Amino acid sequence: MSEAFTKVMARNIFYGGSLFFLLLFLALTFDTEGTLPERDNRQAITGKVAMGKRLWENNDCIGCHTLLGEGAYFAPELGNAYKRLGGKAGIIGFIESRPKDGIPGRRSMPQFNFTDEELDAIAEFLKYSSEINTANWPPNIQG
Amino acid sequence: MQYQSQAVAKLYFTAAIGLFAGQILFGLILGLQYVVGDFLFPEIPFNVARMVHTNLLIVWILFGFMGAAYYLVPEEAERELHSPGLAVLMFWVFLVAGALTILGYLLVPYSGLAKMTGNDLLPTMGREFLEQPTITKIGIVIVALAFLYNIGMTILSGRKTVVNLVLLIGLAGLAVLFLFAFYNPDNLVEDKLYWWWVVHLWVEGVWELILGSILAFVLIKTTGVDREVIEKWLYVIIAMTLITGIIGTGHHYYWIGTPEYWQWWGSVFSALEPIPFFMMTVFAFNMVNRRRRNHLNKVAVLWALGTAVMAFLGAGVWGFLHTLSPVNYYTHGSQITAAHGHMAFYGAYAMIVLTIISYAMPMMRGRKAANSNRSQVLEMWSFWLMTVSMVFITLFLTGAGILQVYLQRYSDTPLPFMVVQEKIALFYWMREVAGVVFLAGLVLYIASFFVGSKDPEAAVEQAASPTA
Repeated sequence: MSEAFTKVMARNIFYGGSLFFLLLFLALTFDTEGTLPERDNRQAITGKVAMGKRLWENNDCIGCHTLLGEGAYFAPELGNAYKRLGGKAGIIGFIESRPKDGIPGRRSMPQFNFTDEELDAIAEFLKYSSEINTANWPPNIQG
Repeated sequence: MQYQSQAVAKLYFTAAIGLFAGQILFGLILGLQYVVGDFLFPEIPFNVARMVHTNLLIVWILFGFMGAAYYLVPEEAERELHSPGLAVLMFWVFLVAGALTILGYLLVPYSGLAKMTGNDLLPTMGREFLEQPTITKIGIVIVALAFLYNIGMTILSGRKTVVNLVLLIGLAGLAVLFLFAFYNPDNLVEDKLYWWWVVHLWVEGVWELILGSILAFVLIKTTGVDREVIEKWLYVIIAMTLITGIIGTGHHYYWIGTPEYWQWWGSVFSALEPIPFFMMTVFAFNMVNRRRRNHLNKVAVLWALGTAVMAFLGAGVWGFLHTLSPVNYYTHGSQITAAHGHMAFYGAYAMIVLTIISYAMPMMRGRKAANSNRSQVLEMWSFWLMTVSMVFITLFLTGAGILQVYLQRYSDTPLPFMVVQEKIALFYWMREVAGVVFLAGLVLYIASFFVGSKDPEAAVEQAASPTA
């Protein structure tokens, strides 16, 4: 790099640039928070949905699945599972029917032995997730 | 080694290598589960193996960063570490907490672990990469604070260099941003929004500062180029990192319920994110070309150059590949993401830790500057085996990803997820073969610490020829 461009100038670009873009990022985040109520389906968050989210977390579902495209890529996307599996009954039926010892040679979801209330909570959580405005993602029902 | 207290780094580096080996073993298990779906089921389901794989990665990289700091900070500050005893104590605290957490993943069903550790009191578990029980997270904060105190006190009362300062900013940012791991609202969109403040602002933000400062340190030491020149480069690189990377967080805000203007902010700024990585490559090669000495530790220079190139390819090129929102609409959450993740983490963070280990370990094990020729040659073999096989892992996953995106999302007759997975199994098999070669490279790497350790040091240093 040329001699005219000094270390002090480089340092000032670092501090000034970082600070400026950090503040811009905070401002954009603040604005985002303001627009979220119209997009994030928060009015649907009931006690049941919160319970479903906790079950989702406490069983590390994200370790195989994606949810809104984030997570692991071993098992199907679940942000639209409510639509793909045909509503709550489809979701509950699928989770309930997983064989304890898996399926020979194939990937299989574990049998979690959820109670009926827990199954309903998970389905409610996935219903809530499917109604978040995701700018039309995923491109089709296959996720 | 100029200061005795630098030796605490040896503990950290040794643990890092051990955990690295564990990470790779679990990676091979995961790779096999992709094609033999019931492998180890239900004893070690995929999600458990994946947690072990990714958490071991994070922990060994953190061990590597801490070891790097304990090694280079005293030398830069020109004084002993503030408290070597605290550094050793924190090492054992972190290692035991980490080992217990991994054992917890493997021995207890995850929901049982959540219950045992009282996750309902302050729920933080079950989110990607942040799966650790809340109590472990609190432990991480305590270790990080003690570490920052130790490093900070050393830096403040010693010579202040740009390398030390940038490293300290990076490490402080790492600790502060980790606090967002404790924020887990019921609102999924807000959960995701701030989850990225840990994950993105770590790997595409403050970690790059740590990477840059370690690389600058090794280049100062091995090339003998004037510190002023290297420090100027370092400032420019990290300036570009944060100028592009902070708003670049927006490339994660396209499809998670956040407003659509992020598609513009995210696309534009993250398209610029390769720039600092490209500069890092130019920087590393420039400094080595202008070297004033031929350092005896040739393999450390190889690692340093390799880091710059692979970080650019993995983070820069493979990141750009799917960062523009119209492209990401199809590739989001596919094997393309996995391809990028593998090469970026290896190229930027695994390799920088292996670079500083390669530079520092010989001296901590009693050498003057470098290992014997035999040992260095073996380590070079391991460099090439691991690096080339990682390129192939990335290429096979990219192939799998392109097909997956086409069959599942792009064609006129989209197929279900599992149908597509079976169609692309060949690529997963090839990835697993490449993974086995990576493991062979890792075995050679570990062997290089023992082979030739009784041989004399590599030949006497010669001044670089004026034309070099």
